[in-house]
Amino acid sequence: MTSFVKPKIRRKQEPVNTLGMVRADYDGTASTLCAGCGHDSVNAALARAFFELSVEPHMAVKVSGIGCSSKSPTYFMSDAHGANTVHGRMPAFATGAVAANSDLTYIGISGDGDSLSIGLGQMAHAIRRNVNMLYMLYNNGVYGLTKGQFSASADIGSVAKKGGANELPPIDPAALALATGATFVARSFSGDREQLIPLIKAGLRHTGFAVIDVISPCVTFNDHKGSTKSYAHTYKYFHPAVHADFVPPSEEIITAYEEGELMPVEMHDGSRIRLRKLDSDYDPRDRAGAFAKVLEGQSKDEILTGLLYINEDLPDMHARKNTGPRPLNQIPYSELNPGAAKLKDLQRSFR
Amino acid sequence: MKPTDIKDPDYFHKVVDCQWACPAHTPVPAYIRLIAQGRYGDAYLLNRESNVFPGVLGRVCDRPCEPACRRTRVEEEPVAICRLKRVAADHRDDITDRLPKKPEQSNGKRIALIGAGPASFTVANDLAPMGYECTIFEKLDKPGGLMRSNIPAFRLPEDVLMEELGYILQMGVDLKLGAAIESMKQLQTEGYDAIFVGTGAPRGKDLDLPGRRDAKEGIHIGIDWLESVAFDHIDAIGENVLIIGVGNTAMDCCRTSLRLGAKSVKVMARKPRAFFKASEWELEDAEEESVDITVNHSPKSFVTENGKLIGMMFDVMEYDVDDTGRITDQRVARDVMIPCDDVILAIGQENAFPWIEKDSGIEFDKWDVPVINEKTFESTRRGIFFGGDSAFGPKNIIWAVEHGHQAAISIHKYCHGADLSVRSPDEIEFESAKMGMFEWRYSNAYDASDRRKMEHIALVDRFKKLDIEVELGFSAEQIATEVERCLNCDVHTVFDAPLCTECDACIDICPVECLSITPQASEADLRNIVHAANADQALFTSAPLSFSGRVMIKDENICLHCGLCAERCPTSAWDMQEGVIKIHHASEQKLSAAE
Repeated sequence: MTSFVKPKIRRKQEPVNTLGMVRADYDGTASTLCAGCGHDSVNAALARAFFELSVEPHMAVKVSGIGCSSKSPTYFMSDAHGANTVHGRMPAFATGAVAANSDLTYIGISGDGDSLSIGLGQMAHAIRRNVNMLYMLYNNGVYGLTKGQFSASADIGSVAKKGGANELPPIDPAALALATGATFVARSFSGDREQLIPLIKAGLRHTGFAVIDVISPCVTFNDHKGSTKSYAHTYKYFHPAVHADFVPPSEEIITAYEEGELMPVEMHDGSRIRLRKLDSDYDPRDRAGAFAKVLEGQSKDEILTGLLYINEDLPDMHARKNTGPRPLNQIPYSELNPGAAKLKDLQRSFR
Repeated sequence: MKPTDIKDPDYFHKVVDCQWACPAHTPVPAYIRLIAQGRYGDAYLLNRESNVFPGVLGRVCDRPCEPACRRTRVEEEPVAICRLKRVAADHRDDITDRLPKKPEQSNGKRIALIGAGPASFTVANDLAPMGYECTIFEKLDKPGGLMRSNIPAFRLPEDVLMEELGYILQMGVDLKLGAAIESMKQLQTEGYDAIFVGTGAPRGKDLDLPGRRDAKEGIHIGIDWLESVAFDHIDAIGENVLIIGVGNTAMDCCRTSLRLGAKSVKVMARKPRAFFKASEWELEDAEEESVDITVNHSPKSFVTENGKLIGMMFDVMEYDVDDTGRITDQRVARDVMIPCDDVILAIGQENAFPWIEKDSGIEFDKWDVPVINEKTFESTRRGIFFGGDSAFGPKNIIWAVEHGHQAAISIHKYCHGADLSVRSPDEIEFESAKMGMFEWRYSNAYDASDRRKMEHIALVDRFKKLDIEVELGFSAEQIATEVERCLNCDVHTVFDAPLCTECDACIDICPVECLSITPQASEADLRNIVHAANADQALFTSAPLSFSGRVMIKDENICLHCGLCAERCPTSAWDMQEGVIKIHHASEQKLSAAE
């Protein structure tokens, strides 16, 4: 909390996007998260990404579950649609919304508790359906809202604020996403906006389910010595593997590729992701290789970050169901409902 | 880029734009906070330490502080700094027993001060309480210099001026009126330990055009005419008056003419409005009184009939102006005769020293201006100092005050055999503004209110007498709003790099996006990151941060000093601290390095 709301000031020569909007137009109401919470930084990165992509706020949907992370939709892009849903059930809600209106940009915000404990099944099946959305998993290793119990992403040996060490093995969201078939898997850190913002932009433009596991330290319950999700620990073991530059459709790629860089990945809307390899033997288009790399990172106590895996070729939910270009909610009821006679025909065909 | 040294007093002094722009470095935000607390007397005295005449300057200062105000970079209008200064003066309680006193004992040093204007009075103000015996010589029979003779009483009431001059006279300063100094050489023989010349720039420029000598009357030199009005030697003027020139003196001339019976007053400007020398607010005040300001008229000749002035010929000019606002070409379109009864010339003034003999040891340059050391204000003759307009030509009152402070330091050092060029450097003292969780001892929330407009006395009433003050001062409501507009630029964002956990909370909350954490780079690259386009304002760069080795950077240009960065910081790496700039006047100067 702060003593007063961040004032809205239109500065002289303030940068504007192609809609003529300024960055502050993508702000939300004042955050009630703890001062120094990583989530605020991620929310700021989201606002920045939506601003830079010139997304009209009313064409975006923010949905979340329950938890500190899930309070976030309130704190950015006030003019977008959104709902704070049931604990762990955001993926089902989002799947329904995406099904109804494919015209909007969807972003789901969840935490390690919401996604990896109560909502694990929900998340896995949204991945499996390749729902066209960006799923942000704010990962701090603790249940902040209930005062700091370990979550399912806490590492073995990580020490709680009151001294107890975690004994259960963690669920790695990136490994989980790769295993269940996600088509865009990334990991980042709330403290590295240079990495995070292009990843968010790429994730929003990816057709299909994009997961970003973002380490976002809990400044109140998990930022002490011995924690493996503190600012100090994350900065120390942070290991960028592949940097993804997002290049919007309007911009020509004119820079020559240096050796060690990968070819650009073409997105469906004409934009491109320029991958810069930081690890010499890493190709994020190779699912098996990515999986091996993630597991290797775990064994080395290394927080492997960047765009870990991308596949633009698999059909998303709408493509698979062949729903057509028209959003379902814009099809008149008479057309959407073929009537009793057609139902009878259908039933007859099953006999 | 090297880490910023915030211990350098100039670094944060520059952040306080108004204070930095003020020649006398008045601590503006600090006194505005005192006004906000209703501590008008304290605000007045704080002002007085640096600018000596808060009541006078609160009305007629040239206000270099206002165009500099940070608020003009955030929105349109600066804080009404000058008007708030007047508030402190208007509402102060009796502060006379808190002023510097006449010392019980003289230090035996006698100082002659020539000219009873702001420069001499400031020197006396600084030196008299230290024990110096100061004598001011004034050729007129009232003190004040240009503050009296050139600024009309409807802008600066006589009692306001006399009260503030009186404070200094109370310190045991001897004022000799009607005592023109006719000879510098004579004065040098009278045993003074030091002489200060503060005689201003008393010679108004004439306009030697055809017909100038034919007119027996009706052509006046602006500053001489204003002086004659101020001393009741002139109390009338013709119905149609032309003012030549468009500086602040011209504004005083046109408005004074209206009060002496002129029916139609035209200010004739040679160039378009963008090139006017007068302050925008003085132009507005004149136009409010229906003064006609005519642009692009270049004086050509005076038209007389039987020795009587009947009008002036002007060339009507056309100018080509480029994108940067510069004139690239000009031509005369036609000429025009404008009838008038009187012409007042307000086209500038210069200093003149007919009473300083060429062999007095004071060197003059080829323009007949004395050669003065810009730091010590000493002439080429040891022990003789100059200040105010007489030193470097016409400036304004607040510059004269600063010259006075500097000359006082020099005189003090000179009288004690110390090196004049060695001045005690400014210092800065920090004091945290933190009172508790989200509590600061300054009003940190941004207030979007517009600048309050000064109320003027009704037009029907103001011309009845020459000395009816036009500006009414701020009302209680106006004061309450205007003080909140100040951004408190002297409450600085002080960053302690080792405490930072690089959580980015400050960057996200900053309403003007002036912060970033980034790898160290060249200044140009770092400036790009936070869009710090204004090269006149500094870019703060921290020491390397402990986790990533990156640096915190901040564009000082548009920071609102709202303190949200410090409120969101989980480790208090950012703190809001008031920086008090210590400027050493004569009494605080060290006379030797050992002291």
